[in-house]
This record gives sequence, C-alpha cells and structure tokens, in this order.
Amino acid sequence: MSLRTLEGFKFSTLKTPVHLLDPRTKFLIVIAVLVPALLFANIYVMIALLLSQLPLLLVGKVARRWALSLRAGVFLSALIFVVNLFTGSYLSAIALTLRFLVLLTSFSLFFMTTSPDDLGLALDRIGAVRWLSRRWLGYPNALSFTFTTAVRLVPTLAVDAQTVVDAQRSRGLELDKGNLLKRVRNYIPILIPLLLIAIRRSLELAEALESRGFPGKEGRTSLFQLKLRPVDYAIIALSLAIIGISFWVYFHYKVPVL
Amino acid sequence: MITLEKVSFTYRSGQRALQDVDLNIEGGDFIAIMGENGAGKTTLAKHLNGLLKPSQGRVLVDGEDTRKVSVARLSRKVGLVFQNPDHLLFSETVKDEVAFGLKNFGFAPEVVHKQVERTLEALGLSEYAESSPFLLSGGERKRVALAAILAIEPDYLILDEPTIGQDYQQKERLRNFILQLYSQGKAVVMITHDVEFVAESNPKVILLSQGRIVARGPADSVLSKDELVKKASLVRPQMSRLFGELAKYGLPSDVVDVHRARILLEEKLSEAKVRVAQNS
Repeated sequence: MSLRTLEGFKFSTLKTPVHLLDPRTKFLIVIAVLVPALLFANIYVMIALLLSQLPLLLVGKVARRWALSLRAGVFLSALIFVVNLFTGSYLSAIALTLRFLVLLTSFSLFFMTTSPDDLGLALDRIGAVRWLSRRWLGYPNALSFTFTTAVRLVPTLAVDAQTVVDAQRSRGLELDKGNLLKRVRNYIPILIPLLLIAIRRSLELAEALESRGFPGKEGRTSLFQLKLRPVDYAIIALSLAIIGISFWVYFHYKVPVL
Repeated sequence: MITLEKVSFTYRSGQRALQDVDLNIEGGDFIAIMGENGAGKTTLAKHLNGLLKPSQGRVLVDGEDTRKVSVARLSRKVGLVFQNPDHLLFSETVKDEVAFGLKNFGFAPEVVHKQVERTLEALGLSEYAESSPFLLSGGERKRVALAAILAIEPDYLILDEPTIGQDYQQKERLRNFILQLYSQGKAVVMITHDVEFVAESNPKVILLSQGRIVARGPADSVLSKDELVKKASLVRPQMSRLFGELAKYGLPSDVVDVHRARILLEEKLSEAKVRVAQNS
C-alpha cells in the first residue's frame, strides 16, 4: 500500500457547489447513502447508490482522486468477495462487495469536499458533542478541536513518513526484500520514528496552545459562521426522504439480492 | 566520482525543484551547497544516492546511472545524513542504531562491532553506547545520526544542515572531522545556511537559487560578493563585512575567515608601527 491512497480521503481546496454545501448537509448525504446500503443487500440498490454519487463526484471535481481511493480498495474488495463466496451465494458476494465500494465512495466524497475547519465548526454546533466534551475534558470545544487537529495532522504526517522512508533507505533498508515476516519487520524502522514524531509534535502543540491561552473563556466564537442555504434545505429534505422511504420499505417488504 | 549532467527535477505536484544542474564531486572534495529555503538543496542531495531520479539529465555514481541501480547499493558509497535525526532514530541503544546500516549491508558481526566502536569514539559518543538515543539531547541525537552513516564508511558523505543545534565547540569538532575525511580522500558535501561555518572551513561553495546554480567557486570569492550572497538569501560573513568597511585602508575585500584576517591585519599593524617609529 502506498501513501498515495490516502489522497482519496484528503480535502481539496476547491470552491465547487459540492464544497460549498454545509458540512451538516453533506453528512446527511452520507447517512442517506449509508442507510439503504446497509438495509438492503441488493445489487440494483448498490448500483443505483454508486451511480447517484457520480454527479456529486464530477461536480465536486474529485472524481480522479476518488478513483485513487478505489484502487486502494481493490484488495479489500477482493477479500470481501472471496470471504462471502464461502459463506453465501455469489450474488450476495457481489452485492456485499458493491456495498463496500458504496461506503468507500460516500466517505471519500465527504472527506474530499469538506474542509477540516468546516467539520470542526459543524461538530461544535452539535449539542451532544459539546456536552460530552465538557464532561470528559472540561471544555465544550475540546472534542471538536481534537478532531480537527487530528485530521489536519494527516498530511503533515504523510510528509514525515516519506522522509523517514527516505532516511532508512539511505541506511540500506530495503522494504520489499525478504519473506513475509521479514517484510513486516522491515517496517519497524519506519513506524517507530513516525510514532515518536507524532507524540513529540502533539506535546509541542499542547505547549503552544497553552502558551496562547487555550482553552480561553467559555463560549468561543468563530470568524466563519455556518449557514444553511436553500440548496442545503432541499438536499436535507431529499436525504431525509430517502432515509424515511428506505426504512418504510425495509419494514414492509423483503428485498431480494437480485 | 559523482557526475550530474544537466539534471532537472520536477515534483509530482508540478513544482520545479532543479534546473540544468551540472556538478562533479570527486574524492578529496569539500563542497558547501548554499541557497535560500526551497532553492532545491535537499532535492539535490536526494539525487546523489538515487532517492530521487532526475526528470531530465542523469546522475552517475562511479559511472553507474542512478536510475539503474538500487538505492541500497548506492547508499553503500554515498552516505546521506538527513537534517532531522528524529526521522531515523529507532533503536533501543545508540550502539544498535549505529550498527543498523552495517547489518543491512551484510557486514560480519565482528566488523560491525569494531566499526561501531571506532565511529562512536571518533564522534565522542562512546559513553552513550548503551543509552537510548531518545534520551539524548538534540545535538547528541544529531551526532548519533551522523555516526549511523559514518560507520558505513561511504566514499561520499552528504550532510544536510549538520551544524543546526550544535554548540560552537561541537561545530569546531565537526569542522576538524570533515577536514580529516576529505584529506583522507573522501568527498564531503554539506548543505547549509551557516555562513560563518562555511567561511571558516573554506570549502568550494555552490550557490543555488530557485533550482539553478547561480555561482560556484572558493568560499572567499563567493561569500564576499554582496549581490551573489543576496541572491541566495544569505548575508556575508562577519569578517567579509568588516573588511568591506576597511577597504579604504587598502585591505582586500575578499576576506571571509579569521585566519587570513589576522595575517592581513598583523601586516598592516606592523607597517604602521614601523611608520610611527620612523616618524619619531
């Protein structure tokens, strides 16, 4: 697996209509895809769900990067297919593999078009998150901040990972040499420095935050405010309808695999 | 000999990092590569042991094209010491850390043992042989990283910012150490922003700016030229600035190191003394 597969989940700074949607709207789209995908193991439903996301990928200009994330999913898809062949019919194996691709696509779409900042803002608006955060960490914005920071550190860590690989190769380490066990052990010189860099960086970040007065006063304000636009309301209504209909069908009919 | 022939490199992001770089590195050479942040210094270093392959042109290490040989094989000859030691330290003890490269290259255990001891001794790290590299200070970790590469005894040693985080005495030791290496016929290439260190060591200087070599020559001639130094986002060394001010007394303006400055000033002073004595 190469680090490029992460590209399929990385935010791209574009200003397409999809990027401009409210993060809460986009999260509801994910749910609206997730619910039917998990309720029905039907090949037609899966294909419909996949196709329905294509326009969003194209309008969001992330279709090419989505293809990258699919490439990363090839191995896992094959695994899911084979395992399900043994436990069920080949049709259900196809349906379940497609289900995996549907989920992969919707998460990939969400993360590629939603900036970590927007995500943090959206999380901050959720009462449950604020309540939990206050109970655990004594500060209502702490959880959403932790999340945003974690997401934001991924690209930085990817750069570090490349440097560590380069540094160890310069010491004669050959990652793809030896039998399977040896190959797994080859990654120890990569993972240990990377882990330590991450820990060291988070300690530094904590100190930097404290020296700048974090967490500050209760009720932090932000420069950008999330606002639902008419498009958002329309999509939210559509998503809720899909979720509602899915449940209604699920409780009234038995949907076959094909 | 490492030969770079019209090497250009463009990152996948489309960012152009090197353009038409021609360079020869021979045994006995001591070269300092200087330039602004993002000038392409580290990219150039990564070309020398094949971590990066040129987009255009070619890099030959002892006649072998880096495109055709593995990084592991090149690293046996070309030792690249990364700037940040945290990117490579992972072992439980300093000793193991230094032995890692040697073991990768398949040296016999007794050779590894001897070589590790010798390298630690040479870098003043013997007392830490059994310590964890992670418990050492930043400067010490940097020396362990250097030891890890030096132990392999590469013919070409590439150092990325070796003086960062080192106190003055350690810098002095590093200078002597580099001097030893290139007088033994090894090549040392150093990437640095440290003008004073370069001025005192008098290597050949290569100035990179925006991926191109904008000047090359002995340290005193390159570092004493204001317009060149500014191009690479550097400032002239203190001695050069002082001698620039003193030019009106008939002193040369290409002085960058304390040693030569002393000789010239002593001459001037004794001349003055003689003149005073004659006048009285």
